Amino acid sequence: MATTAHSEVPPPKGPAIETTKTKNKVRPGDRVFLGLSRGSGITLLVIMAAIAAFLTYRAALAISKDEGNFFTTFEWNPAGDPPVFGIAVLAFGTVVSSIIAMVIAVPVAVGIALFISHYAPRKLAAPLAYVVDLLAAVPSIIYGLWGAIFLVPYLGGLNKWLDQYMGWTYIFDKSSPGVARNLFTVGILLAIMILPIITNVTREVFLQVPRMHEEAALALGATRWEVIRMSVLPFGRSGIISASMLGLGRALGETMAVAVVLSPSFLISGHLLDPGGGTFAQNIAAKFNEADEFGRDALIASGLVLFVITLLVNGAARMIIARRKEYSGANA
Amino acid sequence: MMSQTIQDRRRPAAVQRVNHLSHARLPRWAQPAIAVASIAAGCGIGLAAGWHSKVQWGLLAAMIFVLASFVITTRVEGARQAKDRVATSVIWVSFILAIVPLLSLSWVTISKGIEVLDPYFLTHSMNGVLDAAPGGGLYHALLGTIEQVALAALIAAPIGLLTAIYLVEYGGGTLAKAITFFVDVMTGIPSIVAGLFILATWNLMLGFGPSGFAGSLALAILMMPVVVRSTEEMLKLVPNELREASLALGVPKWRTILKVVLPTAIGGITTGVMLAVARITGETAPVLLLVFGTKLINPNPFEGAQASLPLYVYEQYAVGTDASIARAWAGALVLIAFVMLLNLVARGIARWKAPKTGR
Amino acid sequence: MKLQRKNGLRATALGALAVSGALVLTACGSDDNTGGSGTGGNSGEKTTAASNIDCGDAKGQLLAAGSSAQKNAMDLWVKNFQAACSGVEINYQAIGSGGGITKFTQGQVTFAGSDSALKPDEVTESQKVCKDGKGINLPMVGGPVAIGYNLPGVENLVLDAPTLAKIFDSKITKWNDEAIAKLNPDAKLPDTAIQAFHRSDESGTTQNLHKYLSTAAPNEWKHDPKSKSWLAPGGQAANGSSGVAAAVKGAENSIGYFELSYATAQSIPTVSIDTGAGAPVEATTENASKAIAAAKVKGTGNDLALELDYATKAEGAYPIILVTYEIPCDKGNKAETLPTLKAFLNYTVSEEGQKVLADAGYAPLPTEIAAKVREIVPTLS
Repeated sequence: MATTAHSEVPPPKGPAIETTKTKNKVRPGDRVFLGLSRGSGITLLVIMAAIAAFLTYRAALAISKDEGNFFTTFEWNPAGDPPVFGIAVLAFGTVVSSIIAMVIAVPVAVGIALFISHYAPRKLAAPLAYVVDLLAAVPSIIYGLWGAIFLVPYLGGLNKWLDQYMGWTYIFDKSSPGVARNLFTVGILLAIMILPIITNVTREVFLQVPRMHEEAALALGATRWEVIRMSVLPFGRSGIISASMLGLGRALGETMAVAVVLSPSFLISGHLLDPGGGTFAQNIAAKFNEADEFGRDALIASGLVLFVITLLVNGAARMIIARRKEYSGANA
Repeated sequence: MMSQTIQDRRRPAAVQRVNHLSHARLPRWAQPAIAVASIAAGCGIGLAAGWHSKVQWGLLAAMIFVLASFVITTRVEGARQAKDRVATSVIWVSFILAIVPLLSLSWVTISKGIEVLDPYFLTHSMNGVLDAAPGGGLYHALLGTIEQVALAALIAAPIGLLTAIYLVEYGGGTLAKAITFFVDVMTGIPSIVAGLFILATWNLMLGFGPSGFAGSLALAILMMPVVVRSTEEMLKLVPNELREASLALGVPKWRTILKVVLPTAIGGITTGVMLAVARITGETAPVLLLVFGTKLINPNPFEGAQASLPLYVYEQYAVGTDASIARAWAGALVLIAFVMLLNLVARGIARWKAPKTGR
Repeated sequence: MKLQRKNGLRATALGALAVSGALVLTACGSDDNTGGSGTGGNSGEKTTAASNIDCGDAKGQLLAAGSSAQKNAMDLWVKNFQAACSGVEINYQAIGSGGGITKFTQGQVTFAGSDSALKPDEVTESQKVCKDGKGINLPMVGGPVAIGYNLPGVENLVLDAPTLAKIFDSKITKWNDEAIAKLNPDAKLPDTAIQAFHRSDESGTTQNLHKYLSTAAPNEWKHDPKSKSWLAPGGQAANGSSGVAAAVKGAENSIGYFELSYATAQSIPTVSIDTGAGAPVEATTENASKAIAAAKVKGTGNDLALELDYATKAEGAYPIILVTYEIPCDKGNKAETLPTLKAFLNYTVSEEGQKVLADAGYAPLPTEIAAKVREIVPTLS
C-alpha cells in the first residue's frame, strides 16, 4: 500500500505551502484574504471564549451560594431557603441512560453498517444508506413525540417480561407500578436516535476498507464472516469508536426527547425499570421556565458539568481519530 | 475420463456428500424458510403465553431465528460455516430490529400528520384560534423558521467557512490550535445555553426585544462549529497537487484557494452547511427563549415576536387536547418534510458538484 | 458521466422546486381564521360578547408571559379582545410564572401572569423597569386544583388533607388502606397499589397543592411548602398539567392533580375533599369561588396580593385553590403599550370578561375583589 505514488506526498497541510510563500513578496490580495479568514477565526474564538466565560461566571455565582454539596446532594431546590441543589442524580441518570443507549446502539449500528456495506443486495444498499442518512436528520422533538405516544405503551409488556424473568438481576426488578417512563426506556429511545448517526459514520469507514484485503481473505477460502472479522473490523475499529463517541455526545446532551418521555425524580435507584431519575439536559428543560435568576444560574452550573463531559468525550474521539490517521493513513 | 467426471458429479447428489472440495450446503431457500418458521413460532408462543407487547414477539422470533440457523447449519455445513451463518443472521436481525422503530416513527408521523394537514392548515396562522380547539394552521411558524434558519445560515456559513480555510490553509500556529480547541468545546454546548448567552448579551445588555433575529444569532452559534468541522474535513480531502500546481503557475494563494481549492470541495462543503442547517432547524430550546412565539404572521424577523416550527410542535403537544396534538403531529410532519427537503437538496448538490474522480 | 449529469439536473430541479415552493408559501399566508371550516366554535365562548368591549386607544402589539395555569383563560380573552379591537395583538406566552416574572423584571414583557404574588426582592427588581413605580399583583383568575383519579368501580371518592398528604408522600400505598376506607365506607376499594402522579416541571399548581397540604395537614406534610417543584420522594411524574391528566387517564389505580379544566376536558372523576365542613366538597368552580371569597388582601396600596385560606372549613368551599395574578407596573409602564394594557385588563376584569371563565373551568373573582381590581386598572400609568 505504501508504494503508491500518492502516499509519498506529505499530507495536505499549510506549512508545506507556506515555505513557497516566503520567497515571494506578499501580495495585497493575499493579505486581505488572510486577514479575512484569520479575522473570522478570531471572531469565532471570541464568541466561544465569551460563552465559556459567561457560563463559568454564572455557574460560580450559583455554586458559591449552594448550601448542599454540588456533587453529592440528592436534591434540586435552588429556590428554597437555604438553597440546596446537587447534580448526583443527574449525573447518574445521564450516564446510565447513555450507557444503555450505547450498549444497544453500537452493536446494532455496526450490524446495519455491515448489512449495508457487505450483506445487502446491491440494489437495496444504496437506497438504504440514503434512508439512514435522512433519518439522522430527524429533529429530536419528533423522536420525543413518537417516544411518548407510541414507544412507552409498547415497552410496557417488555418491562413486565424483564421484571418477571430477569428480576433476579436487581437492575431489572420493577419495584413500583407504572408505565414504562423510566431510564431504561429513555436509553432505548436514545439508542434509536443515535443509531442512524453511528451507522452513517461506520458505514463510511467500512467502505474505505481496502478491497485488496478483503479479496485476499476471500481467496484464501475465508467465509464472509471471517473476512469481516479479520479485515473489515480491525480496519474500522477506531472509526467505530469515534462514531460511537459522536453518538454518545448526542445522547448525553439530548433534551426534548428525554424531557417528554421520562418520569423524573430526584432519587438514584438501581432499578432501571422504576420510574425516576433524571438527566442534565432534561432537568434544565423541566426547571428552566419557572426558575428565577438564581435558579437559572444553578441550572447553568449543571449545564457546565454536561459541557465538560461532552468536551471530554469529544476530545477522546478526536484523539482516537488522530491515532487512526497515523497508522492507516497510507491505506486511504 | 468423461464418464468418470459425470459419475463424480452425480454421486454426491444421490448419496451422502463425499466431495471434499465443496462443502455440503444448505439450499438457498433454507434461510427464508427458517425466518418464516421462527416468526411463526414467535407469534405462536407470544399468542399462547398471552403477551401483549408485539416487541416481545419480535424479539422471541429473532432469537429463535438465530438459534435455529446456527443449529441447522452446524448439522449440515460444519462449525465455520455455522459461525458465518450466525453472523449473517445476527446482522439481518439487527438490521430489521433497527429498521422497525425507524419505520414506525416515519409511518406514525406521516399517518398522524396527514390528518389535519391541508392547504388551509399550511396557509393560515393560529390567529383567533384557541389552542385547545380545532382549527388554525402553522403558516406563521413555518415562515418564522425559514427566516430564522436562513439568517442563521447567512451568519454562520461565511464565518465557519473562512475559519475552516484559515485552519487548513494557513493554520498550524497557536491561534489555530486555540480555535480548534474552542470549536470542539462549542460542539458540546447545550442548546439552551446558547440561547441564554444571546439573551444575556443581545436582549439584556444591548436592550433589544425578542425577535426572530435574536433566535438566528443563537442558532448561528450552534451552527458554526458544525460548519467548521465539516468544511475542515472537506478541505483536507483536496489533493495537495492541485494547490501546488496552481501556485507553481504563479497564481496568488488567495486566488488558488478561491478558484481551485474551494470549487474542488464545494460539493462536500455545501452538504456540510445544509446538514448543519437541518440540524438547527429542529432546535426548540433557544428559540423558546428568544423569539417569544406568536399566533400571528410576522414576516419581519428583525422586529417583534415570531413563531417557529419546533416551538409550535412543542407548544401544541403541551396543550394536550386531541385537536392540538393533531396539530403537533402535522407540525412534526411539515418539519420533517422541510428538513428532508434540505437534505435531499444538499445531497443533490454534493453529487452534482463532486469531483469526478475516485469511486 | 452522463448519468451523473442527469442527477445533477435532477438536483437543480429539486432545488428550484424548493425555492419556488418557499416563495409560493411566503405569498399566500393568512391571519384570517374567521371563515372556513377550521374555526372552532364548540368551546362555549360567547362570540357575541365581543361587541361590548371598550377598546379605548388600544393598538399595536402587547407582549405578556407567565403562568400556564391561566393560559386557557388568556386564550379566550385574547381571542375576544382581538375580535373586538382591530389592529391589536395581545401575545401571551404560557412559559410559566417564574419565567414570566423574569421576563417582566427584565423589561421584555408588559405584564406577567403569575400563580404567586411577587416576592419582596422581585418587587425591588421590578423598580428598575417601572420608572417611579413597582410591579403590582392584580388577581384576575381563580380556579380549583382538582385531584383526579382513575379507579374503576369507585365513584365519588372522598379524601381529606392528611390522607392526601400520605398518598402523595408514598406513606399510603394501597387503595384499600384503612384511612381511605374510613372516608369511603360504601366504596369497594381494590387491593392495588396507588400510582401517584405529580408534575415533573416546576409549577404554581404544585406550589398551591404544597401550600394546601402543609396548611391543612401540617403533621403529615413536612416538605417545603413554597417549593414549585415536587420534593416528596416516590410517585411518578409527567410534564405539564396535560401530561399528568393524560397519565391519570391512561393508568388504572392512579391519582394526580391538575386544574379542573383538564379533568372536565378528559372526563376524569375528581376527589371531593372532606374539609371538616358538614359534607365533602366537590371540585367545582362555584365551590372554588366560595373559598377565594374568604381570602384576605395582604398587599398594600395598589397591590392586591391575596392570602388564601387553605384550611377553610366553610360549607361548600373547596380548599385547594389557585389564584393567578396579572403583574404590570403601577407607574412607569411603557407609553406605547399603556393604552392597550389598560383596555385589555379593563376587559378581563369586567363582568363580561369574568363571565366567560366559568365555561373554561375557572372560577370568576369574587365581586368584592373584582371591584377593587376595577378601581386600580384605570389608574395604571
